[in-house]
Amino acid sequence: MSSELPTWKEIPIAGTILEPGNSVKYKTGDWRTFRPVIDQEKCVRCLFCWAYCPDAAVKIVEKPYRTQSGREYQFSVEIDYDYCKGCGICANECPAKAIQMVEEVK
Amino acid sequence: MMPEVRWRRLPLNANYAVAHAVKDSDVDVVAAYPITPQTTVVEKISEFIANGELDAEMIHVESEHSALSACVGASAAGARVFTATAAQGLELMHEILHIASGLRLPIVMTIATRALSAPISIWCDYSDVMNARDASWVTMFVSSAQEAYDSVIQAFKIAEHPDVLLPVMVAYDGFIMSHTYEPVLVAEDPAPIREFIPKRRDRIVLDPEKPVTMGPIAMPEWYYEIKYQQVEAMKNAYRVVKETIDEFAKRFGRRYPVVETYRLEDAEIGILTYGAIYGTLREAIDIMRSKGMKVGAIKLRLWRPFPYEEVLQAIKHLKLLIVADRAISYGARIAGPVALEIMSLLLYESERPEVMSVVIGIGQRTVTEEDFEQIAKLGAKWLEEKRIPRETIYWGVRGVTYA
Repeated sequence: MSSELPTWKEIPIAGTILEPGNSVKYKTGDWRTFRPVIDQEKCVRCLFCWAYCPDAAVKIVEKPYRTQSGREYQFSVEIDYDYCKGCGICANECPAKAIQMVEEVK
Repeated sequence: MMPEVRWRRLPLNANYAVAHAVKDSDVDVVAAYPITPQTTVVEKISEFIANGELDAEMIHVESEHSALSACVGASAAGARVFTATAAQGLELMHEILHIASGLRLPIVMTIATRALSAPISIWCDYSDVMNARDASWVTMFVSSAQEAYDSVIQAFKIAEHPDVLLPVMVAYDGFIMSHTYEPVLVAEDPAPIREFIPKRRDRIVLDPEKPVTMGPIAMPEWYYEIKYQQVEAMKNAYRVVKETIDEFAKRFGRRYPVVETYRLEDAEIGILTYGAIYGTLREAIDIMRSKGMKVGAIKLRLWRPFPYEEVLQAIKHLKLLIVADRAISYGARIAGPVALEIMSLLLYESERPEVMSVVIGIGQRTVTEEDFEQIAKLGAKWLEEKRIPRETIYWGVRGVTYA
Protein backbone atom coordinates (compact mmCIF):
# COMPACT_ATOMS: atom_id res chain seq x y z
CA MET A 1 0.00 0.00 0.00
CA SER A 2 1.35 3.39 -0.93
CA SER A 3 2.25 5.59 2.03
CA GLU A 4 2.14 8.77 -0.05
CA LEU A 5 -1.64 8.74 -0.36
CA PRO A 6 -3.54 10.86 2.17
CA THR A 7 -5.15 9.33 5.26
CA TRP A 8 -8.90 9.44 5.95
CA LYS A 9 -8.34 12.63 7.95
CA GLU A 10 -6.54 14.36 5.11
CA ILE A 11 -9.04 13.54 2.37
CA PRO A 12 -11.77 16.22 2.01
CA ILE A 13 -15.12 15.13 3.46
CA ALA A 14 -17.00 12.66 1.24
CA GLY A 15 -14.07 12.63 -1.19
CA THR A 16 -15.27 15.95 -2.61
CA ILE A 17 -12.80 17.40 -5.11
CA LEU A 18 -12.06 20.98 -4.11
CA GLU A 19 -9.76 21.87 -6.97
CA PRO A 20 -11.55 22.20 -10.32
CA GLY A 21 -9.81 20.59 -13.27
CA ASN A 22 -7.36 18.59 -11.22
CA SER A 23 -8.00 15.41 -13.20
CA VAL A 24 -4.89 16.32 -15.24
CA LYS A 25 -2.90 15.28 -12.19
CA TYR A 26 -4.22 11.76 -12.56
CA LYS A 27 -2.17 10.17 -15.31
CA THR A 28 -4.02 7.35 -16.96
CA GLY A 29 -1.33 6.28 -19.45
CA ASP A 30 -0.44 3.21 -17.41
CA TRP A 31 -3.85 1.70 -18.14
CA ARG A 32 -2.58 1.03 -21.67
CA THR A 33 -1.74 -2.40 -23.05
CA PHE A 34 -1.28 -1.23 -26.67
CA ARG A 35 0.24 2.12 -27.60
CA PRO A 36 -0.67 4.00 -30.77
CA VAL A 37 2.39 4.92 -32.82
CA ILE A 38 1.99 7.48 -35.61
CA ASP A 39 4.03 7.10 -38.75
CA GLN A 40 4.73 10.74 -39.64
CA GLU A 41 5.54 9.67 -43.21
CA LYS A 42 2.09 8.18 -43.81
CA CYS A 43 0.13 10.75 -41.75
CA VAL A 44 -1.83 13.20 -43.92
CA ARG A 45 -2.69 15.58 -41.01
CA CYS A 46 -6.43 15.10 -41.48
CA LEU A 47 -6.86 15.23 -37.66
CA PHE A 48 -9.45 12.45 -37.59
CA CYS A 49 -7.49 10.95 -34.71
CA TRP A 50 -7.58 14.28 -32.85
CA ALA A 51 -11.34 14.53 -33.37
CA TYR A 52 -12.10 10.94 -32.43
CA CYS A 53 -9.85 10.59 -29.39
CA PRO A 54 -12.23 10.23 -26.40
CA ASP A 55 -9.57 11.48 -24.00
CA ALA A 56 -8.01 14.49 -25.78
CA ALA A 57 -4.75 12.56 -25.85
CA VAL A 58 -3.89 13.48 -29.45
CA LYS A 59 -1.79 16.62 -29.60
CA ILE A 60 -1.19 18.98 -32.51
CA VAL A 61 2.40 20.15 -32.17
CA GLU A 62 4.25 22.91 -33.99
CA LYS A 63 6.82 20.67 -35.59
CA PRO A 64 7.19 21.20 -39.36
CA TYR A 65 7.72 17.93 -41.21
CA ARG A 66 8.90 17.14 -44.72
CA THR A 67 8.15 13.68 -46.07
CA GLN A 68 10.66 11.71 -48.16
CA SER A 69 8.52 12.39 -51.21
CA GLY A 70 8.84 16.13 -50.50
CA ARG A 71 5.42 16.93 -49.04
CA GLU A 72 5.66 19.66 -46.38
CA TYR A 73 3.54 20.04 -43.28
CA GLN A 74 3.61 22.98 -40.86
CA PHE A 75 2.72 20.79 -37.90
CA SER A 76 2.79 17.22 -36.66
CA VAL A 77 0.40 15.03 -34.72
CA GLU A 78 1.59 13.24 -31.57
CA ILE A 79 0.09 11.09 -28.86
CA ASP A 80 0.14 12.24 -25.24
CA TYR A 81 1.25 9.00 -23.60
CA ASP A 82 0.58 10.38 -20.08
CA TYR A 83 -3.14 10.11 -20.75
CA CYS A 84 -3.64 7.82 -23.78
CA LYS A 85 -5.37 4.68 -22.50
CA GLY A 86 -4.66 2.77 -25.70
CA CYS A 87 -8.26 2.33 -26.79
CA GLY A 88 -7.19 2.18 -30.45
CA ILE A 89 -10.01 4.33 -31.83
CA CYS A 90 -7.46 6.62 -33.54
CA ALA A 91 -5.84 3.67 -35.29
CA ASN A 92 -9.22 2.36 -36.33
CA GLU A 93 -10.37 5.69 -37.73
CA CYS A 94 -7.14 6.77 -39.44
CA PRO A 95 -7.92 6.90 -43.22
CA ALA A 96 -4.20 6.79 -44.07
CA LYS A 97 -3.52 3.72 -41.92
CA ALA A 98 -0.72 5.74 -40.32
CA ILE A 99 -1.30 4.58 -36.74
CA GLN A 100 -0.08 1.19 -35.51
CA MET A 101 -1.07 -0.29 -32.15
CA VAL A 102 2.10 -1.68 -30.62
CA GLU A 103 2.00 -3.89 -27.55
CA GLU A 104 3.45 -2.28 -24.42
CA VAL A 105 6.37 -4.26 -23.10
CA LYS A 106 7.36 -3.68 -19.48
CA MET B 1 -30.46 35.15 30.05
CA MET B 2 -32.42 33.73 27.15
CA PRO B 3 -35.98 35.03 26.80
CA GLU B 4 -38.61 32.59 27.97
CA VAL B 5 -40.22 30.56 25.19
CA ARG B 6 -43.96 30.83 24.94
CA TRP B 7 -45.74 27.62 23.95
CA ARG B 8 -49.08 27.00 22.36
CA ARG B 9 -50.84 23.78 23.39
CA LEU B 10 -52.38 22.25 20.27
CA PRO B 11 -54.11 18.96 19.60
CA LEU B 12 -51.81 17.38 17.02
CA ASN B 13 -50.99 13.95 15.72
CA ALA B 14 -47.32 13.09 15.18
CA ASN B 15 -47.55 13.93 11.45
CA TYR B 16 -48.81 17.44 12.17
CA ALA B 17 -46.34 17.84 15.01
CA VAL B 18 -43.56 17.06 12.54
CA ALA B 19 -44.98 19.58 10.05
CA HIS B 20 -44.98 22.24 12.75
CA ALA B 21 -41.38 21.38 13.62
CA VAL B 22 -40.40 21.70 9.95
CA LYS B 23 -42.06 25.12 9.80
CA ASP B 24 -40.44 26.27 13.03
CA SER B 25 -37.04 24.99 11.79
CA ASP B 26 -37.34 27.31 8.76
CA VAL B 27 -36.68 24.57 6.23
CA ASP B 28 -35.76 25.80 2.73
CA VAL B 29 -36.70 22.85 0.53
CA VAL B 30 -39.15 19.97 0.89
CA ALA B 31 -39.44 17.20 -1.69
CA ALA B 32 -41.72 14.29 -0.96
CA TYR B 33 -44.12 11.81 -2.47
CA PRO B 34 -47.32 10.83 -0.68
CA ILE B 35 -47.55 7.45 1.01
CA THR B 36 -49.81 6.32 3.81
CA PRO B 37 -49.39 6.96 6.73
CA GLN B 38 -46.90 9.79 6.10
CA THR B 39 -48.90 11.87 3.62
CA THR B 40 -50.38 14.43 5.98
CA VAL B 41 -46.92 15.58 7.10
CA VAL B 42 -46.26 17.01 3.68
CA GLU B 43 -49.87 18.12 3.16
CA LYS B 44 -49.59 20.26 6.27
CA ILE B 45 -46.23 21.66 5.16
CA SER B 46 -47.79 22.60 1.79
CA GLU B 47 -50.47 24.44 3.70
CA PHE B 48 -47.88 26.34 5.72
CA ILE B 49 -46.07 27.32 2.53
CA ALA B 50 -49.31 28.36 0.81
CA ASN B 51 -50.29 30.46 3.83
CA GLY B 52 -46.95 32.20 3.85
CA GLU B 53 -46.08 30.74 7.25
CA LEU B 54 -43.04 28.96 5.84
CA ASP B 55 -40.84 30.34 3.08
CA ALA B 56 -39.80 27.10 1.41
CA GLU B 57 -39.69 25.47 -1.98
CA MET B 58 -41.94 22.40 -2.27
CA ILE B 59 -40.77 20.09 -5.04
CA HIS B 60 -43.47 17.75 -6.30
CA VAL B 61 -41.93 14.59 -7.69
CA GLU B 62 -43.15 11.35 -9.21
CA SER B 63 -41.58 8.89 -6.75
CA GLU B 64 -39.70 8.61 -3.48
CA HIS B 65 -36.52 7.87 -5.43
CA SER B 66 -36.89 11.31 -7.02
CA ALA B 67 -37.97 12.90 -3.75
CA LEU B 68 -34.76 11.98 -1.99
CA SER B 69 -32.73 12.73 -5.11
CA ALA B 70 -34.18 16.25 -5.18
CA CYS B 71 -33.32 16.55 -1.49
CA VAL B 72 -29.75 15.48 -2.25
CA GLY B 73 -29.41 18.21 -4.88
CA ALA B 74 -30.97 20.90 -2.71
CA SER B 75 -28.87 19.94 0.28
CA ALA B 76 -25.71 19.88 -1.83
CA ALA B 77 -26.56 23.44 -2.87
CA GLY B 78 -26.62 24.42 0.81
CA ALA B 79 -30.34 24.39 1.60
CA ARG B 80 -31.91 23.04 4.79
CA VAL B 81 -33.92 20.11 3.48
CA PHE B 82 -36.70 17.88 4.76
CA THR B 83 -38.58 14.87 3.45
CA ALA B 84 -40.84 12.19 4.87
CA THR B 85 -41.89 8.71 3.83
CA ALA B 86 -42.84 5.21 4.99
CA ALA B 87 -42.58 1.55 4.05
CA GLN B 88 -42.31 0.98 0.28
CA GLY B 89 -41.42 4.65 -0.14
CA LEU B 90 -38.37 4.20 2.07
CA GLU B 91 -37.47 1.06 0.14
CA LEU B 92 -37.66 2.95 -3.15
CA MET B 93 -35.37 5.58 -1.64
CA HIS B 94 -32.91 2.98 -0.48
CA GLU B 95 -30.29 3.58 -3.13
CA ILE B 96 -30.35 7.34 -2.48
CA LEU B 97 -30.18 6.83 1.30
CA HIS B 98 -26.57 5.78 0.81
CA ILE B 99 -25.86 8.66 -1.55
CA ALA B 100 -27.24 11.22 0.91
CA SER B 101 -25.06 9.86 3.71
CA GLY B 102 -22.07 9.19 1.46
CA LEU B 103 -22.15 12.80 0.26
CA ARG B 104 -22.50 13.80 3.94
CA LEU B 105 -25.65 15.85 3.41
CA PRO B 106 -27.56 16.91 6.54
CA ILE B 107 -31.03 16.00 5.26
CA VAL B 108 -33.74 15.31 7.85
CA MET B 109 -36.43 12.73 7.14
CA THR B 110 -39.30 11.43 9.22
CA ILE B 111 -40.71 7.94 8.86
CA ALA B 112 -44.26 7.07 9.89
CA THR B 113 -43.28 3.43 10.21
CA ARG B 114 -45.31 0.92 8.25
CA ALA B 115 -45.08 -2.80 7.57
CA LEU B 116 -43.59 -3.78 4.23
CA SER B 117 -45.49 -5.38 1.36
CA ALA B 118 -46.22 -8.15 0.40
CA PRO B 119 -48.87 -8.82 1.55
CA ILE B 120 -49.94 -5.20 1.52
CA SER B 121 -50.27 -3.68 4.94
CA ILE B 122 -50.73 0.00 5.53
CA TRP B 123 -50.35 -0.59 9.28
CA CYS B 124 -47.47 -0.18 11.62
CA ASP B 125 -44.34 -2.11 12.35
CA TYR B 126 -40.67 -1.16 12.14
CA SER B 127 -39.53 -3.39 9.28
CA ASP B 128 -39.14 -0.38 6.93
CA VAL B 129 -36.81 1.61 9.13
CA MET B 130 -34.87 -1.48 10.26
CA ASN B 131 -34.08 -2.24 6.63
CA ALA B 132 -32.31 1.13 6.46
CA ARG B 133 -30.06 0.26 9.39
CA ASP B 134 -26.78 0.23 7.49
CA ALA B 135 -27.42 3.31 5.35
CA SER B 136 -25.34 5.53 7.67
CA TRP B 137 -28.24 7.72 8.76
CA VAL B 138 -28.48 8.83 12.38
CA THR B 139 -31.74 7.15 13.41
CA MET B 140 -34.09 7.96 16.26
CA PHE B 141 -37.29 6.27 17.40
CA VAL B 142 -39.74 8.52 19.18
CA SER B 143 -42.75 7.71 21.36
CA SER B 144 -45.02 10.75 21.38
CA ALA B 145 -46.11 13.59 19.11
CA GLN B 146 -44.32 16.04 21.40
CA GLU B 147 -41.14 14.02 21.14
CA ALA B 148 -41.56 13.96 17.34
CA TYR B 149 -41.82 17.77 17.25
CA ASP B 150 -38.82 18.22 19.51
CA SER B 151 -36.76 15.52 17.78
CA VAL B 152 -37.11 17.05 14.31
CA ILE B 153 -35.71 20.31 15.68
CA GLN B 154 -32.87 18.39 17.35
CA ALA B 155 -32.33 16.42 14.14
CA PHE B 156 -31.34 19.54 12.20
CA LYS B 157 -28.87 20.53 14.90
CA ILE B 158 -27.32 17.06 14.90
CA ALA B 159 -27.25 16.63 11.11
CA GLU B 160 -25.69 20.04 10.43
CA HIS B 161 -23.04 19.79 13.15
CA PRO B 162 -19.65 20.02 11.39
CA ASP B 163 -18.39 16.92 13.22
CA VAL B 164 -21.40 14.91 12.00
CA LEU B 165 -22.78 16.03 8.61
CA LEU B 166 -24.90 12.94 8.24
CA PRO B 167 -28.59 12.71 7.39
CA VAL B 168 -30.97 12.02 10.27
CA MET B 169 -34.09 9.87 10.34
CA VAL B 170 -36.79 10.30 12.97
CA ALA B 171 -39.19 7.36 13.07
CA TYR B 172 -42.51 6.94 14.87
CA ASP B 173 -45.41 4.52 14.67
CA GLY B 174 -47.60 4.84 11.61
CA PHE B 175 -51.26 5.36 12.55
CA ILE B 176 -50.72 4.72 16.27
CA MET B 177 -48.87 8.04 16.37
CA SER B 178 -49.22 9.50 12.88
CA HIS B 179 -53.01 9.65 13.14
CA THR B 180 -53.64 9.88 16.88
CA TYR B 181 -54.05 13.30 18.43
CA GLU B 182 -52.23 14.34 21.57
CA PRO B 183 -51.69 17.70 23.21
CA VAL B 184 -48.44 19.11 21.85
CA LEU B 185 -46.60 22.27 22.88
CA VAL B 186 -45.44 24.16 19.81
CA ALA B 187 -43.57 27.44 19.84
CA GLU B 188 -45.87 30.49 19.80
CA ASP B 189 -43.15 32.28 17.85
CA PRO B 190 -40.58 30.24 15.90
CA ALA B 191 -37.74 32.68 16.63
CA PRO B 192 -36.32 30.83 19.68
CA ILE B 193 -36.39 27.55 17.74
CA ARG B 194 -34.59 29.17 14.82
CA GLU B 195 -32.02 30.67 17.19
CA PHE B 196 -31.42 27.19 18.61
CA ILE B 197 -30.66 25.83 15.14
CA PRO B 198 -29.04 28.67 13.23
CA LYS B 199 -28.35 27.89 9.60
CA ARG B 200 -24.67 27.15 9.32
CA ARG B 201 -22.53 28.19 6.41
CA ASP B 202 -19.51 26.08 7.24
CA ARG B 203 -19.89 23.05 5.00
CA ILE B 204 -18.80 22.53 1.42
CA VAL B 205 -21.68 23.26 -0.95
CA LEU B 206 -22.17 23.61 -4.68
CA ASP B 207 -21.23 27.18 -5.55
CA PRO B 208 -20.35 28.46 -9.05
CA GLU B 209 -17.87 30.88 -7.46
CA LYS B 210 -16.01 28.02 -5.79
CA PRO B 211 -16.54 24.97 -7.99
CA VAL B 212 -16.18 21.51 -6.45
CA THR B 213 -16.93 17.99 -7.62
CA MET B 214 -19.20 16.01 -5.29
CA GLY B 215 -19.46 12.27 -5.53
CA PRO B 216 -16.58 11.53 -7.90
CA ILE B 217 -15.61 7.94 -8.59
CA ALA B 218 -13.33 6.64 -5.85
CA MET B 219 -10.76 4.11 -6.99
CA PRO B 220 -9.92 1.17 -4.70
CA GLU B 221 -7.06 3.15 -3.13
CA TRP B 222 -9.45 5.97 -2.09
CA TYR B 223 -12.91 4.55 -1.37
CA TYR B 224 -12.13 2.87 1.95
CA GLU B 225 -10.78 6.03 3.60
CA ILE B 226 -13.82 8.02 2.49
CA LYS B 227 -16.22 5.44 3.94
CA TYR B 228 -14.15 5.34 7.12
CA GLN B 229 -14.88 9.06 7.51
CA GLN B 230 -18.53 8.01 7.97
CA VAL B 231 -17.52 5.58 10.73
CA GLU B 232 -15.88 8.47 12.56
CA ALA B 233 -18.82 10.78 11.83
CA MET B 234 -21.15 8.26 13.50
CA LYS B 235 -18.88 8.18 16.56
CA ASN B 236 -19.08 11.96 16.66
CA ALA B 237 -22.84 11.78 16.21
CA TYR B 238 -23.07 9.70 19.41
CA ARG B 239 -21.49 12.61 21.29
CA VAL B 240 -23.40 15.32 19.42
CA VAL B 241 -26.80 13.66 19.91
CA LYS B 242 -26.23 13.68 23.67
CA GLU B 243 -24.95 17.27 23.67
CA THR B 244 -27.99 18.31 21.66
CA ILE B 245 -30.33 16.55 24.09
CA ASP B 246 -28.68 18.49 26.94
CA GLU B 247 -28.80 21.81 25.12
CA PHE B 248 -32.42 21.28 24.14
CA ALA B 249 -33.39 20.39 27.70
CA LYS B 250 -31.57 23.43 29.03
CA ARG B 251 -33.21 25.77 26.54
CA PHE B 252 -36.69 24.31 26.25
CA GLY B 253 -37.11 22.18 29.37
CA ARG B 254 -37.90 18.84 27.73
CA ARG B 255 -35.42 15.97 27.88
CA TYR B 256 -35.37 12.72 25.90
CA PRO B 257 -32.40 10.57 26.86
CA VAL B 258 -30.99 8.15 24.31
CA VAL B 259 -32.08 5.35 26.62
CA GLU B 260 -35.01 5.96 28.94
CA THR B 261 -35.91 3.71 31.86
CA TYR B 262 -39.00 3.23 33.97
CA ARG B 263 -39.07 1.56 37.41
CA LEU B 264 -35.92 -0.31 36.45
CA GLU B 265 -33.62 0.40 39.42
CA ASP B 266 -34.62 -2.59 41.54
CA ALA B 267 -36.04 -4.70 38.71
CA GLU B 268 -34.92 -8.24 37.99
CA ILE B 269 -36.59 -8.42 34.62
CA GLY B 270 -36.36 -5.54 32.18
CA ILE B 271 -38.36 -5.19 28.99
CA LEU B 272 -36.89 -3.06 26.24
CA THR B 273 -38.80 -1.66 23.30
CA TYR B 274 -39.12 1.48 21.16
CA GLY B 275 -41.74 3.72 19.59
CA ALA B 276 -45.32 4.21 20.79
CA ILE B 277 -45.61 0.78 22.33
CA TYR B 278 -43.34 1.99 25.14
CA GLY B 279 -46.44 3.70 26.56
CA THR B 280 -48.28 0.38 26.70
CA LEU B 281 -45.22 -1.20 28.25
CA ARG B 282 -45.09 1.37 31.03
CA GLU B 283 -48.74 0.69 31.83
CA ALA B 284 -47.95 -3.00 31.86
CA ILE B 285 -45.05 -2.41 34.25
CA ASP B 286 -47.38 -0.60 36.67
CA ILE B 287 -49.85 -3.48 36.53
CA MET B 288 -47.12 -6.07 37.09
CA ARG B 289 -45.54 -4.03 39.89
CA SER B 290 -48.92 -3.87 41.63
CA LYS B 291 -48.85 -7.68 41.59
CA GLY B 292 -45.39 -7.73 43.12
CA MET B 293 -43.36 -8.54 40.00
CA LYS B 294 -39.93 -6.92 39.94
CA VAL B 295 -40.05 -5.57 36.41
CA GLY B 296 -39.03 -2.38 34.68
CA ALA B 297 -39.06 -0.84 31.22
CA ILE B 298 -36.38 0.48 28.89
CA LYS B 299 -36.98 2.64 25.85
CA LEU B 300 -34.44 2.82 23.07
CA ARG B 301 -34.60 6.29 21.50
CA LEU B 302 -31.37 6.25 19.52
CA TRP B 303 -30.79 3.37 17.11
CA ARG B 304 -27.88 4.65 15.01
CA PRO B 305 -25.37 5.37 16.39
CA PHE B 306 -26.21 2.65 18.91
CA PRO B 307 -26.01 3.99 22.49
CA TYR B 308 -24.08 1.02 23.84
CA GLU B 309 -22.83 2.77 26.99
CA GLU B 310 -26.30 3.77 28.16
CA VAL B 311 -27.82 0.40 27.22
CA LEU B 312 -25.16 -1.53 29.12
CA GLN B 313 -25.50 0.80 32.10
CA ALA B 314 -29.28 0.32 32.15
CA ILE B 315 -29.37 -3.46 31.84
CA LYS B 316 -26.25 -4.75 33.60
CA HIS B 317 -27.99 -5.41 36.96
CA LEU B 318 -30.88 -7.36 35.44
CA LYS B 319 -31.34 -11.11 35.62
CA LEU B 320 -33.31 -11.14 32.40
CA LEU B 321 -33.65 -8.65 29.59
CA ILE B 322 -36.59 -9.12 27.25
CA VAL B 323 -36.17 -7.25 23.97
CA ALA B 324 -39.46 -6.68 22.19
CA ASP B 325 -38.70 -6.02 18.52
CA ARG B 326 -41.16 -4.98 15.84
CA ALA B 327 -39.29 -6.24 12.81
CA ILE B 328 -38.04 -9.64 11.68
CA SER B 329 -34.65 -10.47 10.24
CA TYR B 330 -35.75 -13.54 8.32
CA GLY B 331 -33.52 -16.54 8.69
CA ALA B 332 -31.68 -15.24 11.74
CA ARG B 333 -31.79 -17.29 14.92
CA ILE B 334 -32.15 -14.03 16.83
CA ALA B 335 -34.49 -12.27 14.43
CA GLY B 336 -35.12 -9.08 16.39
CA PRO B 337 -32.69 -6.41 15.16
CA VAL B 338 -32.34 -4.65 18.52
CA ALA B 339 -32.07 -7.93 20.43
CA LEU B 340 -29.26 -9.00 18.14
CA GLU B 341 -27.48 -5.68 18.65
CA ILE B 342 -27.66 -5.97 22.43
CA MET B 343 -26.55 -9.60 22.46
CA SER B 344 -23.47 -8.68 20.47
CA LEU B 345 -22.63 -6.03 23.10
CA LEU B 346 -23.02 -8.49 25.96
CA LEU B 347 -20.54 -10.95 24.52
CA TYR B 348 -17.74 -8.80 25.97
CA GLU B 349 -19.32 -8.44 29.43
CA SER B 350 -18.44 -10.93 32.15
CA GLU B 351 -21.60 -10.18 34.14
CA ARG B 352 -24.60 -10.06 31.92
CA PRO B 353 -28.32 -10.68 32.01
CA GLU B 354 -29.96 -13.49 30.10
CA VAL B 355 -31.56 -12.11 26.96
CA MET B 356 -34.86 -13.14 25.46
CA SER B 357 -35.72 -11.92 21.97
CA VAL B 358 -39.41 -11.44 21.28
CA VAL B 359 -41.07 -10.24 18.10
CA ILE B 360 -44.35 -8.41 18.64
CA GLY B 361 -46.77 -6.11 16.86
CA ILE B 362 -45.96 -7.17 13.31
CA GLY B 363 -48.29 -5.46 10.80
CA GLN B 364 -49.87 -3.70 13.78
CA ARG B 365 -50.99 -6.89 15.48
CA THR B 366 -52.39 -5.49 18.72
CA VAL B 367 -50.12 -5.67 21.73
CA THR B 368 -51.74 -5.05 25.09
CA GLU B 369 -50.50 -4.72 28.66
CA GLU B 370 -51.61 -8.31 29.11
CA ASP B 371 -49.27 -9.45 26.33
CA PHE B 372 -46.32 -7.86 28.10
CA GLU B 373 -47.40 -9.42 31.38
CA GLN B 374 -47.64 -12.88 29.83
CA ILE B 375 -44.27 -12.45 28.12
CA ALA B 376 -42.68 -11.36 31.41
CA LYS B 377 -44.23 -14.29 33.28
CA LEU B 378 -43.02 -16.73 30.67
CA GLY B 379 -39.56 -15.16 30.85
CA ALA B 380 -39.52 -15.45 34.65
CA LYS B 381 -40.56 -19.11 34.42
CA TRP B 382 -37.92 -19.95 31.84
CA LEU B 383 -35.30 -18.05 33.85
CA GLU B 384 -36.22 -20.13 36.92
CA GLU B 385 -36.00 -23.34 34.88
CA LYS B 386 -32.76 -22.13 33.27
CA ARG B 387 -34.11 -22.56 29.76
CA ILE B 388 -34.28 -19.14 28.15
CA PRO B 389 -34.91 -19.89 24.47
CA ARG B 390 -31.92 -19.43 22.22
CA GLU B 391 -34.07 -18.25 19.40
CA THR B 392 -36.61 -15.48 18.92
CA ILE B 393 -40.11 -15.91 20.30
CA TYR B 394 -42.82 -14.92 17.81
CA TRP B 395 -45.47 -13.65 20.17
CA GLY B 396 -49.09 -13.79 19.15
CA VAL B 397 -48.87 -15.81 15.93
CA ARG B 398 -51.82 -18.14 15.56
CA GLY B 399 -50.61 -21.72 15.59
CA VAL B 400 -47.47 -21.05 17.64
CA THR B 401 -47.56 -21.52 21.38
CA TYR B 402 -44.90 -21.27 24.03
CA ALA B 403 -44.91 -22.82 27.48
